[in-house]
Amino acid sequence: MLVAISFYLLAFVAIASAFMVVASRNPVHSVMFLIVTFFSAAGLFILMGAEFLALLLVMVYVGAVAVLFLFVVMMLDVDFVELKQGFLQYLPFGFVVALILLAEMIMVGAAYFTGETKALATYSGEKSNLERFGEVLYTDYAFFFEAAGLVLLVAMIGAIVLTLRERDGVRKQDITKQVGRTRETAIEMVDIESGQGVG
Amino acid sequence: MPNLYLVIPEILLAVSASLLLGFGVSKTKNRAPIVRLIAIAVLVLYSVLSFLLGSQDGEAFKGALIIDGYARYVKFFIGMAAAAGLLLAGDYLEREKLDKYEFSVLTLYAVLGMSIMVSANNLLALYIGVEMQALALYVMAAFNRDSLRASEAGLKYFVLGALSSGLLLYGISLIYGFTGTLNFEAVATSIQSNGLSAGVVAGMVFLLCGLGFKISAAPFHMWTPDVYEGSPTPVTGFFAGAPKFAAIALIARLVMGPFGDITDQWQQVIIVLAVMSMFIGAIGALRQTNIKRLMAYSSIANMGYALVPLAAGTVSGLRGMLIFMTIYLITVIGVFACILQMRIRDGMVERISDLSGISKTNRGMAIAMTAFMLSLMGIPPLLGFFGKLFAFYPAVQSGLTWLVVLALIASVIGAFYYLRVIKTMWFDESEHEFINPVRALSWTSAISALLLIGFVMIPFVARTGQDWISIAATSLF
Repeated sequence: MLVAISFYLLAFVAIASAFMVVASRNPVHSVMFLIVTFFSAAGLFILMGAEFLALLLVMVYVGAVAVLFLFVVMMLDVDFVELKQGFLQYLPFGFVVALILLAEMIMVGAAYFTGETKALATYSGEKSNLERFGEVLYTDYAFFFEAAGLVLLVAMIGAIVLTLRERDGVRKQDITKQVGRTRETAIEMVDIESGQGVG
Repeated sequence: MPNLYLVIPEILLAVSASLLLGFGVSKTKNRAPIVRLIAIAVLVLYSVLSFLLGSQDGEAFKGALIIDGYARYVKFFIGMAAAAGLLLAGDYLEREKLDKYEFSVLTLYAVLGMSIMVSANNLLALYIGVEMQALALYVMAAFNRDSLRASEAGLKYFVLGALSSGLLLYGISLIYGFTGTLNFEAVATSIQSNGLSAGVVAGMVFLLCGLGFKISAAPFHMWTPDVYEGSPTPVTGFFAGAPKFAAIALIARLVMGPFGDITDQWQQVIIVLAVMSMFIGAIGALRQTNIKRLMAYSSIANMGYALVPLAAGTVSGLRGMLIFMTIYLITVIGVFACILQMRIRDGMVERISDLSGISKTNRGMAIAMTAFMLSLMGIPPLLGFFGKLFAFYPAVQSGLTWLVVLALIASVIGAFYYLRVIKTMWFDESEHEFINPVRALSWTSAISALLLIGFVMIPFVARTGQDWISIAATSLF
């Protein structure tokens, strides 16, 4: 009962916020609704018993992809009014795509109601699938894990090589220099004759 | 651990690249040349280690990598080609004010990626290897980031490379879906026991297309001329050699290993790639005026020739491909050592007409360049002839005579532009004199020109070299 309630709640929120992604006028709001959609989808995955996938979804899509979208929307000055001007022009094309999608949905539904479905393979072991992943990730798949890490390192080196510019004439705070100053180096005693000023 | 013993060369590369990266961020003066010298030493050591040390075959990391005679042979030449590339790059980078230590580090990582590609025994290892070398190469193409053309080259290479990664991944997922395994041997067993399904064939075609991008076989060659022209010249020289050898070696392992039983399926794909590459490479080069673009089309054509013996699908075909690619690698290093010597007082020049009359001003370079061009044409006393002989003979043996006839027609068309370069050098009026090259450049071009003279190489070609190549080729069957 609880599972059913949470499924319908999550599914409803997912669809409603997905609709709002398209419908809302402010692009920042769209990205926020997208994040809500991702969270609801993650909840659905947990209901299916795929908690690892759910965590990945939150970490990758919410943590990285959606934040990247937010950056792009906020940093780049995309003129959404201009983007919407070709709307009527692309309408027939969009209509065709929508029809194809509808046909696909109907076929999926028909397959479901005629009973030609394949049941989801559920895993019923004593270990959670996160533990299972951990067991093979650092043993059987250790090489792939390390090599993938090196691929990411290469990507990072590349990003730095292509963008980092060392500028000359930048004054940087050198803390050891500041702390190492003594009274002798910092203070200069000057005798000022009276009536001459500090000149 | 007996497993780790097999991959010592790869571990050496990974560890030394990471240590050099750490050294590079220190404030040591002149750290770029120091890092480069160490990297060259590491690459030579890698070649020697991978060839000599691993006299035993085996699989490492639970079948992810396979180390056999074939992998050892290819790795030796990839490491040597990369070392030569770094050696040639030094002078250019210093003069163009591009000398950053990351260049050498990225080369090491690229070679590590190629090494994984060559030894891949698993579709996941294949993908990771391809991605690692590709990412390093994208950055090297755009290394001169202030030049518009280099940035364009890097971006073009990146976008098309991403497309090819997509094709690769799609193919891998189809094969995984239809056979239920990523391991090469298991894929072969699954095809044997379950028969051939359309999904596996589609996946295989996608895989070959994705790798076709990497060897710039037509119709996946569109990026090659622009990237070759825009990239810094030593990077272009590196691109034309080692990565192609690694990718074509991977293609050979794929078609002989997991898809060894369905020869008639992949043979058509390889033949189409070969014929299109040979003719597009030969005809496209006719109207080029830039020597780097010319070499781009020449490399497309040569990849076509290298695919001809592969299409035969026999041991001798594989041997022919290895011999052809080895000779091509030596030639390309020499050609780019010559192109890097095309420097006048104002900087580099790269038009073919800039070579006019250098037989009078730079006689040594003119002789070397002539040897390379004649070898690329396949004129008998030079090694290029033997390359084509060993490449085309197996194809005739397995009844692909018509393919060889096409290859010969393409060679004749290609001879035109190689001859034009020779004619420009010897018979045209000189425009300007090139400044004296540094010793590394002139020595490299001289050595690779000497290596190409068949008489010097005949003992090698006849005995020892043939033995190595035969061991390498048979280890895939």
